[in-house]
Amino acid sequence: MQFDQVLQYALSGLSTGAIYALIGIGFSIIYNATGIINFAQGEFVMLGGMLTLFFLELLKVPIWGAIPCAIAVSTVAGLLFERLAIRPLRQPTPINLVIITIGGSILIRGLAMLLWGKDTHALPPFSGDEPIAIGGATILPQHLWILGITIVIIAINKFYFYHTISGKAMRACAYNRRAAGLVGIDVRRMVLFSFIISSAMGAVAGIIVAPLTMVAYDMGVMLGLKGFCAAIIGGMSSGIATVVGGLLLGVLESLGAGLISSGYKDAIAFIILLLLLFLRPQGLFGKPESERV
Amino acid sequence: MLRIKNVNTYYGKVHALKDVSLHLGEGEIVTLIGANGAGKTTILNTISGVTPAAGGEICFRTEPVTALSADRIVKLGISQVPEGRQVFKPLSVEDNLELGAYLRYRSSEKTAAIQKDKEQVFKLFPRLEERRRQLAGTMSGGEQQMLAIGRAMMANPKLLLLDEPSMGLAPLVVQEIFRVLERLRNETGMTILLVEQNAKAALKLADRGYVLETGKVILEGAAEELMENADVKRAYLGKDKSEKRHK
Repeated sequence: MQFDQVLQYALSGLSTGAIYALIGIGFSIIYNATGIINFAQGEFVMLGGMLTLFFLELLKVPIWGAIPCAIAVSTVAGLLFERLAIRPLRQPTPINLVIITIGGSILIRGLAMLLWGKDTHALPPFSGDEPIAIGGATILPQHLWILGITIVIIAINKFYFYHTISGKAMRACAYNRRAAGLVGIDVRRMVLFSFIISSAMGAVAGIIVAPLTMVAYDMGVMLGLKGFCAAIIGGMSSGIATVVGGLLLGVLESLGAGLISSGYKDAIAFIILLLLLFLRPQGLFGKPESERV
Repeated sequence: MLRIKNVNTYYGKVHALKDVSLHLGEGEIVTLIGANGAGKTTILNTISGVTPAAGGEICFRTEPVTALSADRIVKLGISQVPEGRQVFKPLSVEDNLELGAYLRYRSSEKTAAIQKDKEQVFKLFPRLEERRRQLAGTMSGGEQQMLAIGRAMMANPKLLLLDEPSMGLAPLVVQEIFRVLERLRNETGMTILLVEQNAKAALKLADRGYVLETGKVILEGAAEELMENADVKRAYLGKDKSEKRHK
């Protein structure tokens, strides 16, 4: 085992990890605002990738137009999902809501399949595919895009949740919905917001990963589960813990695939998920009764 | 200022308020006393729009507010300081106060006005200013109660509903908080509806009081009268106080 090799695996692990982190934060935001695990989160990732392709190839929109369009449409899909499937529920018990999100995920995936077929497509990288050498390893420009965009998104997120009144209201809702209602925060509006933010973040994740992994109608399933895994490692925090969770997962997965066998790539993520759920359900960094933020 | 007429409220099938009527004049401090489960908190939540009334009428100033949502009620000028304080523990003191003014930010009121009210709250509770950057959850119970009151004040209310502000606090802290309530009324003309287990302290502060039992008003009158009333003395002020009735 050479150092270069390990570095190579670690670097590519970091960029997939960044994707998991973005998806994981999407899970956490909705979970904190509503108590729901939104299993349709992966489908918004798929929508981001597929819609970009759709705008790019079928409508011939240039890439810098296709991406915002794809994010916008995915966000509208998230908004409609909340309005049509979550809000009208008469008895919003967590289990009912979770089952609805699974149903929603199957529906979105099915529609995507009907609309765009079952083929896997490639999306061109944002800026060429000339590898860049770092130490003894190389990375693709797309990896840098992924890391850069993830950092920007997380910074925006942080700013929103800690420095805007709407973001603070959302954290207040997450902590205590009743008290939030009593100061005049419309809790249902915050729930809608959480779906909007999460679907937009999911779409961005799908778009930036697409040039590396190809896009297909069912790409959201695995990515969604990995994102969920990152969120669990991070203890369902919408902050740095989930980012670390995602990066950790990405690196471990990549090292495991490279050093043990690539056949175990997905298994590694789920073994980590199961171990955590058994041993530390509060997340890797959380105290048992730590507050969700 | 506030007039409640024949209000009935249900929790599922439980009939929690039975034909409750009460009123508050401008600048008055009125207290609701009664045992656990008598419906005191329910009255506040019915006014606040959290558990809406099934029948009857609530008028604030001249407007009927019976069926309004919680945020509309706050906007009209009624703020509640909920039971158990319920501050946003993971947020800083300052953030908690800002969220109290959430609706004012949303209606894009000038931040200078909101800032001024924050200074006002700090003047009332200097302890909060010292701890403005601290997380609310790390403060003592008394400080959290002050924050909960400050947060309600930030909505710029005309009527303040307080639910058991003395709960779980040391007598000295309770005194301090009650003194602030009195100051609030005297200096700003705030109208206050105070729910208390601590009937003695509440009647001492209040102008008038209502006594509730199993969802009904069984007695009302000036605070001094109630304090002298034999039934009240026996049930809420005397030694029998420990024999609280339960739901």
